[in-house]
Amino acid sequence: MEKTNTRTRGASFLFSKVEPDHVFTPEDFTDEHRMIGTTAKQFVEKEVTPHQGQIEKQDFKLIVTLMQKAGDLGLLAHSIPEQYGGLGLDKISKGIVGEMVGQSGGYGVAHSNHTCIATLPITYFGTEEQKAKYLPKLASGEYIGAYCLTEPNAGSDALSAQTTARLNETGTHYVLNGTKLYITNAFFSDTFIVYAKVDGTKFTAFIVEKDFPGLSLGPEEEKMGIKGSSTRSVILEDCQVPAENLLGEVGKGHVIALNVLNLGRFNLGSACMGASKYSLSKALQFTQERKQFGRAISDFPATKQKVVKMAGRIYATESLQYRTASLLEEALGGLYESSDWKEIGKQMSEFATECAICKVYGSETLDFTADETLQLHGGAGFIKDYGVEQIYRDSRINRIFEGTNEINRLLIPTHLFRKAMKGEVDLLSKVQQAIAELQESVKLDNEPLAEERNAVDTIRNLFLLCAGLAFEAHGEGLVHEQETLMGLADLAITLYTAESSVIRTLRSVKRYGEEKSALKINLARVVLEDSLWDAERLSRTLTMALTDGEKQKQLTGLIFRECSQLRSVSLSVDKKRELADLLFKENKFIC
Amino acid sequence: MNIFVLLKRTFDTEEKIVISNGSIVEDGAEFIINPYDEYAVEEAIQIRDSQGGEVTVVSVGGEEAEKQLRTALAMGADKAVLINIEDDIENGDQFTTSKILAEFLQGKEADLILAGNVAIDGGSGQVGPRVADLLDIPYITTITNITVDGTSVKIVRDVEGDSETIEAALPLLVTAQQGLNEPRYPSLPGIMKAKKKPLEELELDDLDLDEDDVEAKTKTIEIFLPPKKEAGKVLEGELDVQVKELVSLLHSEAKVI
Ligand SMILES: Cc1cc2nc3c(=O)[nH]c(=O)nc-3n(C[C@H](O)[C@H](O)[C@H](O)COP(=O)(O)OP(=O)(O)OC[C@H]3O[C@@H](n4cnc5c(N)ncnc54)[C@H](O)[C@@H]3O)c2cc1C
Ligand SMILES: Cc1cc2nc3c(=O)[nH]c(=O)nc-3n(C[C@H](O)[C@H](O)[C@H](O)COP(=O)(O)OP(=O)(O)OC[C@H]3O[C@@H](n4cnc5c(N)ncnc54)[C@H](O)[C@@H]3O)c2cc1C
Repeated sequence: MEKTNTRTRGASFLFSKVEPDHVFTPEDFTDEHRMIGTTAKQFVEKEVTPHQGQIEKQDFKLIVTLMQKAGDLGLLAHSIPEQYGGLGLDKISKGIVGEMVGQSGGYGVAHSNHTCIATLPITYFGTEEQKAKYLPKLASGEYIGAYCLTEPNAGSDALSAQTTARLNETGTHYVLNGTKLYITNAFFSDTFIVYAKVDGTKFTAFIVEKDFPGLSLGPEEEKMGIKGSSTRSVILEDCQVPAENLLGEVGKGHVIALNVLNLGRFNLGSACMGASKYSLSKALQFTQERKQFGRAISDFPATKQKVVKMAGRIYATESLQYRTASLLEEALGGLYESSDWKEIGKQMSEFATECAICKVYGSETLDFTADETLQLHGGAGFIKDYGVEQIYRDSRINRIFEGTNEINRLLIPTHLFRKAMKGEVDLLSKVQQAIAELQESVKLDNEPLAEERNAVDTIRNLFLLCAGLAFEAHGEGLVHEQETLMGLADLAITLYTAESSVIRTLRSVKRYGEEKSALKINLARVVLEDSLWDAERLSRTLTMALTDGEKQKQLTGLIFRECSQLRSVSLSVDKKRELADLLFKENKFIC
Repeated sequence: MNIFVLLKRTFDTEEKIVISNGSIVEDGAEFIINPYDEYAVEEAIQIRDSQGGEVTVVSVGGEEAEKQLRTALAMGADKAVLINIEDDIENGDQFTTSKILAEFLQGKEADLILAGNVAIDGGSGQVGPRVADLLDIPYITTITNITVDGTSVKIVRDVEGDSETIEAALPLLVTAQQGLNEPRYPSLPGIMKAKKKPLEELELDDLDLDEDDVEAKTKTIEIFLPPKKEAGKVLEGELDVQVKELVSLLHSEAKVI
C-alpha cells in the first residue's frame, strides 16, 4: 500500500473515522504473502500435524527438530534483518506465519514464542555485537529462545520483579539472583531474555545463555494444554552474565519488556485466528458426517446458527489482525537497522491499544470457537481421539499469558485517557461532537455500505459518549474505576471489530463489486449485528452507572432510539442459513 | 545441463468443482501447479544441483499462470517463460499446447525436458509425447527414477504397477509419475529470491505462429460431473432370495448384465 503523509496514529479509531484506503486487508496480500502462507501451512500440515500424538507426550527432541526444519524453510527468520541472517520481512508476513502455525497448539506456541518475544528484544534493542552473535542462530533454529519476565510474586505486576543483578567488583559480570516462573521453551532454550533489577531498583534486560554458571531449570510444569511447549521455572543462583550481555540500558528494561509484548499480543491474535479456522473446519466436517434423527447434524438450524456465529467472529478477527499488521509495519518497517532505542520504543507502543484488542478478541474468539466446536461434536468432543478436546485445552492459556485479558482491557481506555491528559487528543470536543451527532438525524451517502458505515459511526459515538461520562464522573480517579474501564474497553473492542470488518468489506465491494463480495457483506452484517447489541448493552449499562435522574433517562432513551434505527443491517434468518450452507460446502472458513 | 520443465496451471481437483453453463466455474476455485508437473520441477532442480546447468520452466496459458511459474522459481528453478495465449486462442487442445511448446523449444538446445505424466484437469497425457515427437527426440513416460551420467540416462518407469528399467541418451523428454520424488515447498528465502528471477512473457506472434497453425484438433462437446454416489443397498432374506434379487438388480437397475 502507498505510504501517505497523514500517518495513522495509535488508538485514533476511537475518536475519528478511518480513511478506507489506509486500511490494509487480506485482499491486499502480494503474491509473496500468499506463497509464504502456503509454505507455512504445508509445513504445519506435513511436518507437525502428523506428529500431534508425540507432541502431546512432550517429545521435546521432536519439537527442536521441527523448529530446525522450520528454520531451514525461513519460518523463524521473517522478523530478523537480512544482514543478520534473517529475511527482514514485513509484519504482514509475520502475521501470516503466526496464523498458519497457530493451528498446531503446543508446537505453535513454542514457535511463536521463539520468533516473537524471545528474539525481538535482540532484534530491536541489541548492540551490533549482540545481534551478530545471536540473531543468525535464532534465525536458523540452531538456537531457541525464551523470555523470562514472570516471577512467583510478579505476574500481572511484572515490573515488581524481585530478581536482582549486581555488577561484580571487576566489572566483568553481572551476578543475577532470582526465580522466573512459567517460562515457555525453558527446557530446550539456548538464550533466555531475563529481566532483573540492577542494585535492586533499576529494571534491566539481559541475554543469558543456558550454560552460564548459576542457571538451572525447575521441573516441567504439568499443565492443562499446549503441552508441546516446555514450561519450567528458570532459577538464577549467582548466575554469571558477562557485562556485554546487558540488553539496552540499565534501568530501561521495561521499555523492552512491555513493548515487545505489544508485538507478542498482535502475534497471539494471529495464532488464535489460525486455530479458530482449524477448529471451525473440524466442526463443519464433523456435523456433516454425524447423523441423528435421520439427518446430518449440519441440517439443523441450531447448528447453522452456531457455524455462522463462529465464521462472523473469524471474519472480524482476520479483518482486524491484518489491519493492525499493516499499522505495525508502518510504525516499524523502517527500523530494522535503527539503533535509536527511544524511537523504537515509541513506535512499538504507538499501537498498543490495537495490539491489546488483537490479543483479547483473538483469544476470546478461539475460546468461543473451540467451545462450540466441542459442543457440536457432542460426546465425541469430550473424547481424546477426535482431537477437539485438545483444541479446547490448548485455547485456554491465551486469555492468560502475554498479559491477562483483564490487564489488556484495562490498558485500552487508560491509554486514551493518558493521551487526553497529555493534550495529544482533544477528547472533550470529540465527546461533544459525538453527542451532537447522536442527536442529529443522519443522511446516508450514496456510496456502498452506507448503513453499515453509519452503524460503525454510531458505535464510535457511543464509545465517546461513555468515555466523556466516565471522565466527568471520575476525573483522574477513573484509573481505579475498573468496572467502568472494562465497559469502555469492551466498547472499544466492539468498535474496532465492527469497523475493521465493514471497511474491509467496503474495500472489497469497491474493487470487486457487490456480487463478488456477497459473502463478505453477509459476514460483515453478522459481525455488525452482534456489535450493535453489544454496543447498546454496554453503553446503556455504563450510562446507568455513571449518571442519574433526568440525564440518565434522556441518555438511555437516546441510546435505545439510535441503536433501534440501525437494526436493518442485520441478516435475515434465511440468509444466515444460506451462509452456513455455503460454509458447509467448502468445509472451511471462506469469505 | 540445459533443462526445461513444462508446467500447467490447473484447478485443485481435491477441491469441489462447480460446473455452470457447460464450463467449470473458476471463481473461488483454488489453482495449483499440476501435481505431476511439480514432480518434474523438483526432479529438474535436483538434477541441476548435481549436474550443474539451468532450469527453465515454461507454461502455456494466461496471465494468471504467472503465479504458478513464480512458485516454481521459488522452489529453485532459474528462469520462467509464460507463453500467454489469452488474447489469441479461445479453445485450444493438447495439439495446440504441444505445437506452441515445440515451436518455443525449437533451437533452444534442451538436453532434458521434463513434463508431467498427465494434467489432472484434462488428463490426456499427450502433451509430453507430442512435444518430443515434434522436436524429433525420444521420450519416456511415467518415470519414477532418473539418473543422469554425462549424456547417458538410466530410467525406471512405471508400467501399470510394474517397473521397467531403460537406458537412454540425451537429449530426451521424460514425463513424471507419482513416486518420482517428494516435491519441496518453497522456502521463504526462495520466495523472496523468486521475485527477482527473470520471467519472460511471449505471445504467439513472438514464436511466428498464427492462430490457424495451432487450431485445436478436437472439440469439447460437453462437460459434466460424475454422477453422485448413491447410498448402498443391503439385501435381506434367505441367501438364494438375495442372490436372485442381486441378479435382477444388476440387470434392471445397474444394467451391467
Ligand atoms: C503455560 C504458561 C506459559 C507462560 N510463559 C511465560 C513466558 O514464557 N515468560 C513469562 O515471563 N511468563 C510466562 N507465563 C506467565 C504469564 O505471563 C502469567 O501467568 C500472566 O502474566 C499472569 O500472571 P499470574 O499468573 O501471576 O497471575 P496474577 O497476576 O496473579 O493474576 C491473577 C488474576 O488476577 C487478575 N489481576 C491481576 N492484576 C489485576 C489488576 N491490577 N486488576 C484487575 N485484575 C487483576 C488477573 O487478570 C488474573 O485474572 C506463562 C504462563 C503459563 C501458564
Ligand atoms: C464422559 C461421558 C460419559 C457418558 N456417560 C453416559 C452414560 O453413562 N450413559 C449413556 O447412556 N450415555 C452416556 N454418555 C453419552 C452422552 O449422553 C451423549 O454423548 C450425549 O447425549 C450426546 O450425544 P452424542 O454424543 O451422540 O452427540 P450428538 O447427538 O451426535 O450431538 C452432536 C451435536 O449435535 C446437536 N444436535 C443433535 N441433535 C440435534 C437436533 N435435533 N437439533 C439441533 N442440534 C442437535 C447436539 O446438541 C450436539 O451439539 C456419556 C458421554 C460422555 C462423553
